[in-house]
Amino acid sequence: MGKILRRTFLIGTGLVAGGLAVGYYAASRPWPNPLEADLAPGEETFNPYVKIGADGAITIIAPRAEMGQGVHTTLAALVAEELGVPLSAVAVDQGPTSPAYYNLAVLEQGGPFSELDTSLMAETARKATRAFGPLAGMQITGSSTSVRDAYDKMRQAGAVARTLLFAAAQERLATPASKLQFDGAEIVAPSGRRVGIASIAAEAAALPVPDEIVLKDPADWTLLGKTQQRVDLVDKVTGAAEFGIDVDLPDMLYGTVLMNPKLGGGIETVSTSFAEAVPGVVKIVRLETQLGSGFGVIAENTWAAFQAAEAIEVEWGDAPYPSNTESIMRVFRDTIEGPWKGSAWRDDGDVDFAFGDAPPDSIFEADYEVPFLAHATMEPMNATAQFANGRLTVWAPTQAPTLIQTILADAIGIDSDAVTIHSTYLGGGFRRRAEADFALYAAELAREAGGRPVKVTWTREEDMAHDVYRPAAAGRFRVRMDVNGMPDAVDMRIATPSILKSIGKRIFPSVPIFGPERLLTEGAFDQPYAIPNYRVAGIEINMPIPVGFWRSVGYSYNGFFHECFMDEIAERAGRDPIDLRLQLMADYPLAVAVMEKLRDISNWDRPLRSGKAKGVAFTMSFGSWVGEVVQVAETQDGLVVEKVWAVADVGRALDPGIVRAQIESGIVFGLSAAIGQQITFSGGKVDQQNFYDFDAMRIDRCPKFEIEILENSQALGGVGEIGTPPAAPALANAVRSLTGKRIRSLPLSGEVEFA
Amino acid sequence: MQLTINGDTIDLDVDPAMPLLWALRDAAGLKGTKFGCGVASCGACMVIIDGVATFSCVTAVGDVEGEVRTIEGLAKDGVFHPVQQAWIDEQVPQCGYCQSGQIMAAVALLEENPQPSDADIDTAMSGNLCRCGTYSRIRAAIKRAATTMPLPVEDQAASET
Repeated sequence: MGKILRRTFLIGTGLVAGGLAVGYYAASRPWPNPLEADLAPGEETFNPYVKIGADGAITIIAPRAEMGQGVHTTLAALVAEELGVPLSAVAVDQGPTSPAYYNLAVLEQGGPFSELDTSLMAETARKATRAFGPLAGMQITGSSTSVRDAYDKMRQAGAVARTLLFAAAQERLATPASKLQFDGAEIVAPSGRRVGIASIAAEAAALPVPDEIVLKDPADWTLLGKTQQRVDLVDKVTGAAEFGIDVDLPDMLYGTVLMNPKLGGGIETVSTSFAEAVPGVVKIVRLETQLGSGFGVIAENTWAAFQAAEAIEVEWGDAPYPSNTESIMRVFRDTIEGPWKGSAWRDDGDVDFAFGDAPPDSIFEADYEVPFLAHATMEPMNATAQFANGRLTVWAPTQAPTLIQTILADAIGIDSDAVTIHSTYLGGGFRRRAEADFALYAAELAREAGGRPVKVTWTREEDMAHDVYRPAAAGRFRVRMDVNGMPDAVDMRIATPSILKSIGKRIFPSVPIFGPERLLTEGAFDQPYAIPNYRVAGIEINMPIPVGFWRSVGYSYNGFFHECFMDEIAERAGRDPIDLRLQLMADYPLAVAVMEKLRDISNWDRPLRSGKAKGVAFTMSFGSWVGEVVQVAETQDGLVVEKVWAVADVGRALDPGIVRAQIESGIVFGLSAAIGQQITFSGGKVDQQNFYDFDAMRIDRCPKFEIEILENSQALGGVGEIGTPPAAPALANAVRSLTGKRIRSLPLSGEVEFA
Repeated sequence: MQLTINGDTIDLDVDPAMPLLWALRDAAGLKGTKFGCGVASCGACMVIIDGVATFSCVTAVGDVEGEVRTIEGLAKDGVFHPVQQAWIDEQVPQCGYCQSGQIMAAVALLEENPQPSDADIDTAMSGNLCRCGTYSRIRAAIKRAATTMPLPVEDQAASET
């Protein structure tokens, strides 16, 4: 239960009693309520999250991108819980693009500290970030932060709306607010007297915010903590859900793009005569943007646009990186070979000393590697734009509406107030849709469309070849075992390009980005293991292939490195891999509880018949503690993943059904990549073109799942990405156990055959 | 060109070489059928033509013979098709983008084989990719629908002749 003091509302000091992190009113203070600008006659709003229609209908604004993670459902439930209405009684809307919907937690997540770090310095930095968040005003969906960011402010928004509505109803019904209840679009007293919400909404909205708002004790929750019917469900089984690709406007034109596949290269020579002759083509437009060079096609339908793009004859300029995978990865391998450098993100004890006097047979060393990966969202990149009367309007499946608003305003040369962004449903995101390219190209084509809207859809081939890839990474890992067979020292060096610098170059080319980057080593430096001498260093590689956030970011490769190497240590020690981990994580009871539960539900200690084996891995990420066991079996057609057990301590599962679905989803995503995905380069271009050469797990290869959610942690953890990091190492460890092969580079299908 | 879509006869003024997918989406305004790959690799575009699950992205609209059924035609008189209802009951969709295709593939499967085994489901559904990984709930929903879906009388009669 938490109380917010009056001064929080009136003065906006940001001080909050009762253990709440940030007062909602204080935090949103720099920005006006964006709903006020666009109210229909008779509509009222109490805050950026609650709107009452002229008919008394309640609309909750869920201002994060719905890309399958169920965020509209859980965010709406936060408000509805405190408002005291079932989810079925409200409409849920994405709402407008506004800095009032800034995401504070995403900034904290990106900070340079381990989540295990509760030191004064780490806490001070997090507080500084919190102060910065509202000012930055970034409305962004990512880093598994939506619910963590909204947890206090959206419950408070619901509580404020309820308090004001009931205060107004109390007058009308001459009944104390505590005795009143919602009944559809009315508020009803025990006497049976009732008043319509619509008739008191204006009065309620004008009331002063009361002295204190009391949030419900979680023990009294009726929605949160229970699986809800997802608010987007019916739309998504009837074909009615509007994704970006489904936007349909009067007088709309259609388009596509053909950008240089040698990423970052220019245009040498071009002939568009065949393309222009394709029936239905309106115009071919040359595009020179900060995100790429190429061509846009405007046509009467999408098919004509695709055909015309294929008919453009062009000689592309070269990319600024080595032309093939072998020479690209040579840079990574040379970097981990070379003299020690980079930033040590963890440096416990004295690693150099520990290795300095080590007998050679006590040292073990291994090199690991992972490839570039595409996001391959089901819905190819697209956006719709209209440029008329000096105003740009964009409809886009975006994770970062305020960001594209800024970038497009800059690119078109208009004020950002003249740019309106409408967010649609996203057919998958995985952070690909926090980029600006798809919206920028649509805006550039809209400029050439004579005021008509243009829907610009990429082909799958264009999408695959122009991603911002999960970076490749290489690592060298050394351990010194002590006389008791335990690790005395580990030295980990991980070489990979900087994602933040790559993004910075695309988005704010004039702003230099510097400082150590946590993403290089997250998943390796911040894990709950104690080893006396423990160093994890990140070495930044200069490789100008566009790279970006991919589901679980640095955890996706470091989880694989760290947890495979942990199994290698267990093997050297002659120890069971769960036993060894339990011993090393003994200082972290939350981690221990996860691993013990995992050992139990996966029947880890029960021997399997020959031809089957299990592997285990643990990765703490996004504030959640996650262990997974994968079971593989040999079949005539190759290896099959039979079952995955996962235990996750997420602090509080606000919607257990959604949490489970997200963990399964993250595991399928991780296994898909681990088994068969890689992006390779030849002649400066990405080799992979479509799902036939960049496939993902299908239903016939999908394992069974058993998932257990724990709520021991005091902190609310993320759920959207946490299933992914342990999946690849658990699988690789199972393959080692089954086949004897220790595979240190992904995808695993490079060395073993999967069915 | 005339097409029968979800029981309605529709006139479309399009190039006969245009894939049915784009004729449905851009010309007929039926956008529940999705574009995913353009090469029959992902199943997002799946529709049913004369009872057969078909990749509309590689089917020229001029070659279509028979009735086309899309996701928009499944619910009748405000009542969900049993497969849609099973998808709701199992809360299958996440991002939802592939689900029109998944549902159409499942409808075609169950009309042909009302009691599919796990292996039958694997065979019929492995052409449909889902990047969210909703497969365990897809399987559960197909099994649920198998218990609620009436065997169409006319189909039964047709298969016996």
